Amino acid sequence: FFQYCLSGHPTLPCNVLKFKSTTIMLDCGLDMTSTLNFLPLPLVQSPRLSKLPGWVLKDGSTFLDKELKECSGHVFVDSVPEFCLPETELLDLSTVDVILISNYHCMMALPYITEHTGFTGTVYATEPTVQIGRLLMEELVNSIERVPKAQSASMWKNKEVQRLLPAPLKDAVEVSMWRKCYTMPEVNAALSKIQLVGYSQKIELFGAVQVTPLSSGYALGSSNWIIQSHYEKVSYVSGSSLLTTHPQPMDQASLKTSDVLILTGLTQIPTANPDGMVGEFCSNLAMTVRNGGNVLVPCYPSGVIYDLLECLYQYIDSAGLSNVPFYFISSVANSSLEFSQIFAEWLCHNKQTKVYLPEPPFPHAELMQTNKLKHYPSIHGDFSNDFKQPCVVFTGHPSLRFGDVVHFMELWGKSSLNTVIFTEPDFSYLDALAPYQPLAMKCVYCPIDTRLNFIQVSKLLKEVQPLHLVCPEQYTQPPPSQAHRTDLMIDCQPAAMAYRRAEVLSLPYKRHYEKIDIMPELAESLVPLEIKPGISLATVSAVLHTKDNKHVLQLPPKAPQAPTGKKRKRVSDDVPECKPGKPLLSGSIPVEQFVQTLEKHGFSDVKVEDTAKGHIVLLQEAETLIQLEEDSTHIICDNDEPLRVKLRDLVLKFLQKF
Amino acid sequence: MPEIRVTPLGAGQDVGRSCILLSIAGKNVMLDCGMHMGYNDDRRFPDFSYITQNGRLTDFLDCVIISHFHLDHCGALPYFSEMVGYDGPIYMTHPTKAICPILLEDYRKITVDKKGEIHFFTGQMIKDCMKKVVAVHLHQTVQVDEELEIKAYYAGHVLGAAMFQIKVGCESVVYTGDYNMTPDRHLGAAWIDKCRPQLLITESTYATTIRDSKRCRERDFLKKVHETVERGGKVLIPVFALGRAQELCILLETFWERMNLKAPIYFSTGLTEKANHYYKLFITWTNQKIRKTFVQRNMFEFKHIKAFDRAFADNPGPMVVFATPGMLHAGQSLQIFKKWAGNEKNMVIMPGYCVQGTVGHKILSGQRKLEMEGRQILEVKMQVEYMSFSAHADAKGIMQLIRQAEPCHVLLVHGEAKKMEFLKQKIEQEYRVNCYMPANGETTTIFTNPCIPVDISLGLLKRETAIGLSPDVKKPQLMHGTLMMKENSCRLLSPEQALKELGLAEHQLRFTCRVHIQDPRKEHETVLRVYNHLKGILKDYSVQHLPDGSITVESILIQATAHSEDQGTKVLLVSWTYQDEELGSYLTSLLKKGLPSSTA
Repeated sequence: FFQYCLSGHPTLPCNVLKFKSTTIMLDCGLDMTSTLNFLPLPLVQSPRLSKLPGWVLKDGSTFLDKELKECSGHVFVDSVPEFCLPETELLDLSTVDVILISNYHCMMALPYITEHTGFTGTVYATEPTVQIGRLLMEELVNSIERVPKAQSASMWKNKEVQRLLPAPLKDAVEVSMWRKCYTMPEVNAALSKIQLVGYSQKIELFGAVQVTPLSSGYALGSSNWIIQSHYEKVSYVSGSSLLTTHPQPMDQASLKTSDVLILTGLTQIPTANPDGMVGEFCSNLAMTVRNGGNVLVPCYPSGVIYDLLECLYQYIDSAGLSNVPFYFISSVANSSLEFSQIFAEWLCHNKQTKVYLPEPPFPHAELMQTNKLKHYPSIHGDFSNDFKQPCVVFTGHPSLRFGDVVHFMELWGKSSLNTVIFTEPDFSYLDALAPYQPLAMKCVYCPIDTRLNFIQVSKLLKEVQPLHLVCPEQYTQPPPSQAHRTDLMIDCQPAAMAYRRAEVLSLPYKRHYEKIDIMPELAESLVPLEIKPGISLATVSAVLHTKDNKHVLQLPPKAPQAPTGKKRKRVSDDVPECKPGKPLLSGSIPVEQFVQTLEKHGFSDVKVEDTAKGHIVLLQEAETLIQLEEDSTHIICDNDEPLRVKLRDLVLKFLQKF
Repeated sequence: MPEIRVTPLGAGQDVGRSCILLSIAGKNVMLDCGMHMGYNDDRRFPDFSYITQNGRLTDFLDCVIISHFHLDHCGALPYFSEMVGYDGPIYMTHPTKAICPILLEDYRKITVDKKGEIHFFTGQMIKDCMKKVVAVHLHQTVQVDEELEIKAYYAGHVLGAAMFQIKVGCESVVYTGDYNMTPDRHLGAAWIDKCRPQLLITESTYATTIRDSKRCRERDFLKKVHETVERGGKVLIPVFALGRAQELCILLETFWERMNLKAPIYFSTGLTEKANHYYKLFITWTNQKIRKTFVQRNMFEFKHIKAFDRAFADNPGPMVVFATPGMLHAGQSLQIFKKWAGNEKNMVIMPGYCVQGTVGHKILSGQRKLEMEGRQILEVKMQVEYMSFSAHADAKGIMQLIRQAEPCHVLLVHGEAKKMEFLKQKIEQEYRVNCYMPANGETTTIFTNPCIPVDISLGLLKRETAIGLSPDVKKPQLMHGTLMMKENSCRLLSPEQALKELGLAEHQLRFTCRVHIQDPRKEHETVLRVYNHLKGILKDYSVQHLPDGSITVESILIQATAHSEDQGTKVLLVSWTYQDEELGSYLTSLLKKGLPSSTA
């Protein structure tokens, strides 16, 4: 079977697996790092941004100055931000039967695939994945659509022009494939194609393949997937975590005995310890606030924010921050906070036990009740009345290119009292900050990525022991910036098979068997014989029925009664059917015993001659000779059918049928 | 022959004390472990001594499954696990696991503290019992052991109620617990896929009832409540804390809001707030509408419904009170009932089924003079109304579930014998499946005839399917293989593979027959005539005339030689192997008849 690799981003994967007769897409990640090349979308008119100078080529030509703006030595596209889609040309995506989603971050490209490629299949995901995925998409669409941009730049994408641009624009790949954000109707249409599944639910695909989601420990409802037939097992591990945060722990045991394990979504910051980062986050936050500054935390509306709020809940009293307001600003802030409380079954044991009391599993319920945490759909409306400084603001988008975060960057960027703390690992914080330079505000980088690191991977692989490992090429070599760190790569035996964008990988394949059901009536008719100690054989002549990829063996239908009417039979009526399927024979015929048997059955003139390889038994009167050799018997006779049949049956008595 | 055995220890031709023993493919499973509301003696719990005379329950039972939190399905659980002694796994859904211990504790308190019973299970026992519980997700396949797996389906009825599929190999049984096939104001409808179990064990509470539309019943209910309140009467609605109560609260809450009514609605204390909280936290188990809107408005946050205080019962003026328990057999609902029963302006609405022996059952069957404790006679003047709001499937719903799941056999429990009899006939007529209704302690045995799964070698399968795929083959093809049984494996191989694997050589059996034909022509002309003759008859076969002068029909070789003595006679040597026996035999007899003279 084959794996088509449609995304080059190791944590936002999109692969297509051809497995038995099914075509399965594994995840549908959307690479949003492309947006870093664009200017931020300000919520309110920003004089600074609108005054940025147009970019001028070295030769002085200015034809691009409407599309490209320069800010502190970096060049940005002044246009609606665009995303880098998974490959759509590598294979016909309308042939994809199902899409399996592993977590809500890995489904962001779904509307592009399900709505624009002729896709007619089903998408499988857990309920929290769908609900929170919907929130992420809603927030994304909302934050882009609420700032309509008149201009849509495309001239710079021309290959000839792109060559002339400074890095990183010059090196941006597949720019012709970059697309604008989808719309809410597209999101709704895409989500309507999702079928909800639970952990350890066995889902049959066309009777050929069974897929099962397993808890991956990374986010609410996040899953790894087992794709298996009766004889092959492929494990798809995408975004897993062994740390104890809020989700149900990762199910490792079920990954054992895999023929192939596809490993994606490891931590993007292998050198940072999430616990240490959370500590730093809290202390930086406290320090800034104590000094009268504001803290900005660019974040997604779900996920790590729950853990951060929980840490702050335990921390604020001891740090003397009880009076500092926390604001969570997002069009889906309320929904996210509410949804987090209703997925008890998807939470870690401690949180589940709280629900049994019954208490809300996350302490942010209490933060909200005591008014320490307030949420707003946007900076407009109620927020502007309630807004008190110094404060802590959680808001998106972590790329700093759109969403309410743009406003706070513009508002607070000029003061060194304020701090922006980066916790989401998806974007390089320096790149994210580039269009805001020069900046007086403090910047702290505390990336919290709870996904597997390389030490955990090697432990996991030892535990699970897959026959073959498949992973993105990035994991088979040390990070480019730390070439000496050979510990920051996957090291396993046999060596991992690496994939890269737009490549097709042929996966090792070793299937010899298939399941078949023997119907009870047929089973009863079988006569097993013990051939060797412990080994029994039964010859089976049966009718094979195959439906929906399931095979069943049935008793052959009884031969229809020979027509007894007076109707004259045509010669061809007697023609035997093709492939009557006589068994193979094995064994040998001891000549003395054979002769004795012949004599017992009335052949009196038996004569035996020795040959080089065996014997010839002559029945003189019948002009018949029987050549007996180790592995063959040849009966040569006149056209005397009763005689031949009699001899045949005598010979068969000595042989074993197969 | 393999068999499935079912013995109800409770709920056999009865409602209450649900407890059904199931043996399937050597595995023993206990379905539910309930108590009987109608009894206060030994009969309230199932007779667990039936399961095993000597020996531990843990050794005998592979697992226990609890379908939902109603006490007639889980009330005996701490007694069973802690006092009789069972340490194996107990499976239930998350909401059931959350709510069940609370109802058990409530039940224990009423029995021990109020009625003063001793030798009952303790609070600690409930806790210890719950530690043995494994919570399951909907549709999750839980592997109890290597062979036994169970899977939960949504059942409606109450929060967290589930139907369970119990499966060993290709044999399976579905136990419905209590279920509801129509969505109501807070829960969705039961659903199961076409899983074709050998046996479906279904409840049959409303075996003979076809209920009118829910809307009518709701309107009726609201009308009665409204009328009573308008004329200054008090309405008592005995409910169980979780389930119907929430549905009726939602109903009254929206009605009060719409009609702008002022009369107070109370919910008897104790479980209520907690109960509503469970609904909020397990909102994913409610119906779609509630789930969709819960962020904007949580349906379980009631504005008009307030907590009840005992003193309120004596307040003048109209009010509506929801009080537990639902069958008026004890507790607050019974106390309020006693207070209000004498006034004809008041009304009691029984929104669910009442077990025999309870006050609820008595007043519903028309009794108006009740003997209470201390020989006091209580005269019931208040209006008594029954409205079936309990969320059980009616006859139509039960038939619908059978159609969905397509079982081979059906077994009825959790219903009254007479009604079961009627439904049994209907099921047998309509679906042509056997239907059983064992009484408690009576064992039903169902013989199954499962298929035997074996491994077929891919080579053999491909060869066969390739033949099967050719479009001109209409008749079913006979395939030939060798089933090799070795230790635990059972594999179907091609004969060649089987030989090879056993290290045996094939023994070739060949026949060569001399057929004499009268034909004066030259040998090659005879051969040509034979060729044309065979070609004309054997249309489906590959008949070839080889350059060396021989003819092949499939792998059968025919050669002609002149007779050594008689030039007018040709000898055809027909040679075939045992594998072509039929065709070879046929050819010799065909050639023996001679060649048609007209063949040219």
